[in-house]
Amino acid sequence: MNWEVVIGLEAHVQLATHSKIFSSSSTQYGAAPNTQANEVDMALPGSLPVLNRQAVEHAIRFGLAIGATVSPRSIFARKNYFYPDLPKNYQISQYEIPVVLGGKLQCFVDGEPFTFNLTRAHLEEDAGKSIHENFATPDGRPCSGIDLNRSGTPLLEIVSEPEMRSAAQAVAYARALHALVVWLGICDGNMQEGSFRIDANVSVRPKGQTAFGTRTETKNVNSFRFLERAISYEIRRQIELIEDGGKVVQETRLYDADRDETRSMRSKEDAHDYRYFPDPDLPPLIITSAWMAQVQAGMPELPEEMRGRFVDTLGLSSEDVAQLCHDRQTAHYFEAVASALPAGQAKLAANWVMGEVAAALNREEKDIDACPLSANALAKLLLRISDGTISNKIARDVFTEMWADNTQDADTIIEAKGLKQISDSGAIGVMVDEVIASQPAIVQEYRAGKQKAFNSLVGHVMKLAKGKANPAQVNDLLKQRLDT
Amino acid sequence: MALFLDQYADIFALRQALNNKQLSVKELTQALLGDIKQHANLNAFVDVQPELSLAQAEIAEQSLACGQAGALTGIPLAHKDIFVTEGWRTTAGSRMLADYRSPFDATVVQALLKVQTVSLGKLSCDEFAMGSGNEHAATGPVRNPWDHEVVPGGSSGGSAAAVAAGLVLGATGTDTGGSVRQPAALSGICGIKPTYGVASRFGMIAYASSLDQAGVMARSAADLALLLDAISGFDPRDATSIETCRGVANAPGRILSDYASFNDTKKTPQPLAGLRIGVPTEYFGDGLNNDVAQAVEQALVVLESLGAKRVSISLPNTALSIPAYYVIAPAEASSNLARYDAVRYGHRTETYTDLADMSARSRTEGFGEEVRKRIMIGTYVLSHGYYDAYYLQAQRVRRLIAQDFQRAFADQCDVIMGPVTPTVAPAIGSLSTDPTAEWLGDIYTLSVNLAGLPGLSIPCGFAPGHRSQPLPVGLQMIGNYFDEGRLLAVAHQFQLVTDWHQRRPGAST
Repeated sequence: MNWEVVIGLEAHVQLATHSKIFSSSSTQYGAAPNTQANEVDMALPGSLPVLNRQAVEHAIRFGLAIGATVSPRSIFARKNYFYPDLPKNYQISQYEIPVVLGGKLQCFVDGEPFTFNLTRAHLEEDAGKSIHENFATPDGRPCSGIDLNRSGTPLLEIVSEPEMRSAAQAVAYARALHALVVWLGICDGNMQEGSFRIDANVSVRPKGQTAFGTRTETKNVNSFRFLERAISYEIRRQIELIEDGGKVVQETRLYDADRDETRSMRSKEDAHDYRYFPDPDLPPLIITSAWMAQVQAGMPELPEEMRGRFVDTLGLSSEDVAQLCHDRQTAHYFEAVASALPAGQAKLAANWVMGEVAAALNREEKDIDACPLSANALAKLLLRISDGTISNKIARDVFTEMWADNTQDADTIIEAKGLKQISDSGAIGVMVDEVIASQPAIVQEYRAGKQKAFNSLVGHVMKLAKGKANPAQVNDLLKQRLDT
Repeated sequence: MALFLDQYADIFALRQALNNKQLSVKELTQALLGDIKQHANLNAFVDVQPELSLAQAEIAEQSLACGQAGALTGIPLAHKDIFVTEGWRTTAGSRMLADYRSPFDATVVQALLKVQTVSLGKLSCDEFAMGSGNEHAATGPVRNPWDHEVVPGGSSGGSAAAVAAGLVLGATGTDTGGSVRQPAALSGICGIKPTYGVASRFGMIAYASSLDQAGVMARSAADLALLLDAISGFDPRDATSIETCRGVANAPGRILSDYASFNDTKKTPQPLAGLRIGVPTEYFGDGLNNDVAQAVEQALVVLESLGAKRVSISLPNTALSIPAYYVIAPAEASSNLARYDAVRYGHRTETYTDLADMSARSRTEGFGEEVRKRIMIGTYVLSHGYYDAYYLQAQRVRRLIAQDFQRAFADQCDVIMGPVTPTVAPAIGSLSTDPTAEWLGDIYTLSVNLAGLPGLSIPCGFAPGHRSQPLPVGLQMIGNYFDEGRLLAVAHQFQLVTDWHQRRPGAST
């Protein structure tokens, strides 16, 4: 039978705020256990939640970026269930009326654009962490530990419509979402630290059937690679199960990266009755149009807008801009370089940012923010390529020097090392003549029709010029002399 | 047995004595600590820490010495044990929190500390403020100073008993369904609960968050005005606290200023001329004890003699306040009390098999019957499939009740008055034989919380108790939102021409 895969994703995005969503404790990752938990996070008697405005602004930012409806009035609800790392034994979340409704996200699968619809995004608090391994009481008995540092960290839960039809589409969506929330500055995007977590709802159905099959929810996927694997595994498992006459059970499954499989965590029968009701400690969240406008005014240019602009005004290819606009910092760096160059040199800037700069950063495991070369310094170097002072090859050497010591600018290095390209046709002509005279055998081959021999002669001229001769001129003059 | 505070009619009298150096705050505090010890049989106090009280007395004394005393400097108070306090134990009347110490003070406690009152300790209350007789306290029933065989009312029963007995001049209370007004009425003292959001709930152990509101109890309306003003104010730590009241900042000073202006303009033989008192017919129906009705009626006659006009009004949804309250309050309580799981603090059972078993056993042992009952009800009404029929329906009723009041205030009356309770204080133990009677007794107070309005109770006479002994009766005044100043001024005018509030237990009534 022909199967169709249906995937919807839920992303838990930790919002980049200084303090927690309902308390003044720090959200800094990695502190000693329970040092960032105050009376609210520990649910001490008498404590009350107070909403963090920055978390709301991040949610508004996201809503605006995906063209969603930002609810003018949304409600915080209590989701009641007992768990030791959930100190109040209820989670404050949004249920019936979330802060963001709808919206669309564009992404590329093998270069082809796809637009997926979002269902909603709502604000909620994260739980603490239970530590079950390598933990003991002071007198040595094994036990579980609770770390409430994460308790109350603001989350934006972003739910997609079940519109993806392959693991590749799901991963592309997840990547685009990740890039967007980082671009917007609302999430640090660190998946290892759990800042961006994905749950995948997967089901299969015979092609042509409109009703959805029974879905499973796979949790604990902390990289895009694992997301792809987990979904692929789950698709395979479900199809094999049905084809063997079995039935998919609605359940929550856990992805085990070591064994590359998903495992049942709890079935629908154990599902909680969360007894949602509006949290009486928190008044409805009112977002006025003035507040929206204020957030809008502080919004960065969106990646889609920037990509369009780079294609339209700089004449770059969509492949190039997709790469350049992967993150805001790279895009800004590129734009700064390009704008310091004469018109028509954007491609040169793009090639260098995606090429030499990216490779050097990658080698040193640095972010573009930590790039030792300012956009301005790079532009000065590229300017010398575009005006013919040095060749691309020489420029790479200068780049390496500048990278190692960024106090020197391109012109100083070119000057000091005498790297200036020889563009004097008289001087180049002398060298060309010298090579023709000294390499008769190669000249003979060329005249016999061997095109390869021409390149060899060029190489000899460049060697003689210590690489500094203008390659275009060398070509022209050599051809001129040989063909006449 | 003579009490030290018998010498002082109210806060103003004591203020004068302190200002005139007839007595020091330290002497006062020591004398009261002695009286509290002597009257331990009332069972009103659950925690007394003499050194902490004396330290606060010392600070008040210093202010007095350098002439920086305010209206409340050195005034002896005590706090309902639902407010968290640093230093004193905080138990919420529950075995669950028998050994709990809070690392911070409630905002209300802080506010009273800031104006240099002296706290004598913590006062018994019904467990997590659930109850109307103070019989659901882990430390046992509190005695009514008027008659040790009857309840002082609840849930702020310890507060009412301590003020009525003369162990302190004021006390904090909380009012979720009448828990300040009802014990004030049954114990023959004054009590007020402001508009929801006027006083901070930060540090007030939550029972039903959308209804809980701090209040104060004292001997007179004038004393209440001082105390309520001090605990009022916007608190950034409570998202439900109010920033402005009718364009005026919710901050200390507002209530006293309203109170003063209402009193000032009324210095005539007819000080209440023009005041329209709405008397709801529903508050004088079946179930209201005749003698209670008569005491309230006589109070209304006094108020009319001061120039007020009586208007008969209708609050048609009054009867629905009981089912609505007993759905909403338990629903919120079931969630609010979920944090007491024996994981981080609170009572933990001796033996258990696993985590769920630990929490379940600890909660069963730690919570009393009334609390367990309300958690069960609350869990049920929020459950899938029942939510719409119970919780949502109760919220609709709640809006109707609030609308009833708004209709009355819109064009019929300025204040609403009636009884606080259908009867005088019942005998200790009698409520447990008829648990629904305890709930039905809240009929006149619940609507005020459901609507979020301010309400006060002042003594207005006596009616025979179960042994025909005279027991206090309270008059309830309900105002529109932020009308605390007017309510207190009207009560004050009443107290200028009556002496019910000056009667003390033990003296002839």
